[in-house]
Amino acid sequence: MLEVKNLQVAYGRVRAVKGISFTVEQGQVVTLVGTNGAGKTTTLKTISGLLRPEAGEIWFEGKRIDSTPAHEVVTRGLAHSPEGRRIFPRLTVEDNLRLGAFARKDKAGVAKDLQRVFNLFEILQARRDQPAGTFSGGEQQMLAIGRAMMSRPKLLMLDEPSMGLSPLMMQRIMSTITELKSEGVTILLVEQNAQAALSLADYGYVLEVGKIVLQDSGKNLLVDEAVRKAYLGED
Amino acid sequence: MEFLQQLVNGLSLGALYALIAVGYTVVYGIVQLINFAHGEIFMIGGFGALAVWLLVPGESLSIWMLPIMLIGGMLAAVGVALLTERVAYRPLRNAPRLAPLITAIGVSIFLQEFVRLFFGRIPGFPDSKRAIPFPQIEYVTGEAFNIGGVTIQRAALFTLVALAICAGFLYVFVNKTRLGRAMQATSQDPDTARLMGINVDKIIMVAFALGAALAAVAGLAHGLRYTNIDFKMGFLAGLKAFTAAVLGGIGNINGAVVGGLVLGVVESMATFIPGQFGGSAWKDVWAFVLLILVLVFRPQGLLGARVVDRA
Repeated sequence: MLEVKNLQVAYGRVRAVKGISFTVEQGQVVTLVGTNGAGKTTTLKTISGLLRPEAGEIWFEGKRIDSTPAHEVVTRGLAHSPEGRRIFPRLTVEDNLRLGAFARKDKAGVAKDLQRVFNLFEILQARRDQPAGTFSGGEQQMLAIGRAMMSRPKLLMLDEPSMGLSPLMMQRIMSTITELKSEGVTILLVEQNAQAALSLADYGYVLEVGKIVLQDSGKNLLVDEAVRKAYLGED
Repeated sequence: MEFLQQLVNGLSLGALYALIAVGYTVVYGIVQLINFAHGEIFMIGGFGALAVWLLVPGESLSIWMLPIMLIGGMLAAVGVALLTERVAYRPLRNAPRLAPLITAIGVSIFLQEFVRLFFGRIPGFPDSKRAIPFPQIEYVTGEAFNIGGVTIQRAALFTLVALAICAGFLYVFVNKTRLGRAMQATSQDPDTARLMGINVDKIIMVAFALGAALAAVAGLAHGLRYTNIDFKMGFLAGLKAFTAAVLGGIGNINGAVVGGLVLGVVESMATFIPGQFGGSAWKDVWAFVLLILVLVFRPQGLLGARVVDRA
């Protein structure tokens, strides 16, 4: 479904992503794990069109998208919930969600998906008319995921959904991802919390300073000695 | 009574500032650019309205000319605003802030000189190197109204009504339409707006066009009120309107309207200051003193800035 080939991305002279390749198949949850500065966020931003690669190719559903403008990438069925949630703080919850469906023309479908998001996150329905900036981090994360769902994506990219959340809230977000997975949503998940991400991923890639150093099924990576040492805090 | 008179004068002057100030604020809210050429867009709005009037044969002063002139002014102002955005500002979108600012000053001088040198060359058009009499349309100019001793010029009333209509239209556009919400989203977080499928280039054009359309209304109102227009009328008016936008909180549309009205009233009230620092000669001084005070004690403006922030 998504195929990234030898992707290289630079900020000025600093190369953040140094030639990585990976694939995401329909219905899978694939995760990119790694420490800060490994190039995970840069990779997602390049896939969604916010950044342009120096070299390499990005293919989505058989079409090359690495020179497609960001606002068109989303219409192809690729939604990106960015790092730090980035909800629109002075717009209401409902306006935030409706903006997620900005590119869609099917009003009935949008209304249905809005209800679906409200069913998934009841707190959002209760507070639909409140400005999103007044929300807690966890609630903002729910809104950000819900907003990304509103485009009815074929592939959902989540960047650090657990960042800055309480353990309880983190569990809630992770169980939501599991729920989305069981509904058949294809997900590309970027996480610093390798334990949580690998436990629910079908397949994982470990990034280190812009390169993929390890790849395997989530289950295998979780028990991999090198991964345990480097990312799961064991010695 | 004198107080009421000055209040009315101030509000109508402020309405003119407010109509122009909205353009500064919407553009700033989206691209963080102080478009110093916006005063010239207001001037071009006035000249566009005049040009259409000159092109329609018969030199009619009928009220029916008013909407025709308004459309002419808007087309000229919006056209020039979009052209400057495309040619001068867009190539500098990712340049350091100083570059587009200096460009804006250049665009401002260019537009003034262009109108000064070019407008009068068109066959049948008057010399544009000096002030040109503006057609005094019936009903909206002429004998002033007198309500309980307070004199209200017809053109002043026209300006206030125009502001009220424009403000209402803006409110509905920004808060109730899909495009308006996309504009708010872009102003709050342009990158994330792109992820929603919003074409940010298009939103920026909408912001420029919107500001220019309102400036054109102001250009027409200015011509009716001051009975003539000239190529440099955008300079001081633009500066005052920019002050009004900062006063209200730049980036905040309601703030631009409030800031414009407050600035107009403060200028008018300067006549009450006794002694050598009072009178209309000092009105500009007091207007900018107000700006300095606001910047020192409430830098975000009266209603608070709505610049991009991240929660």
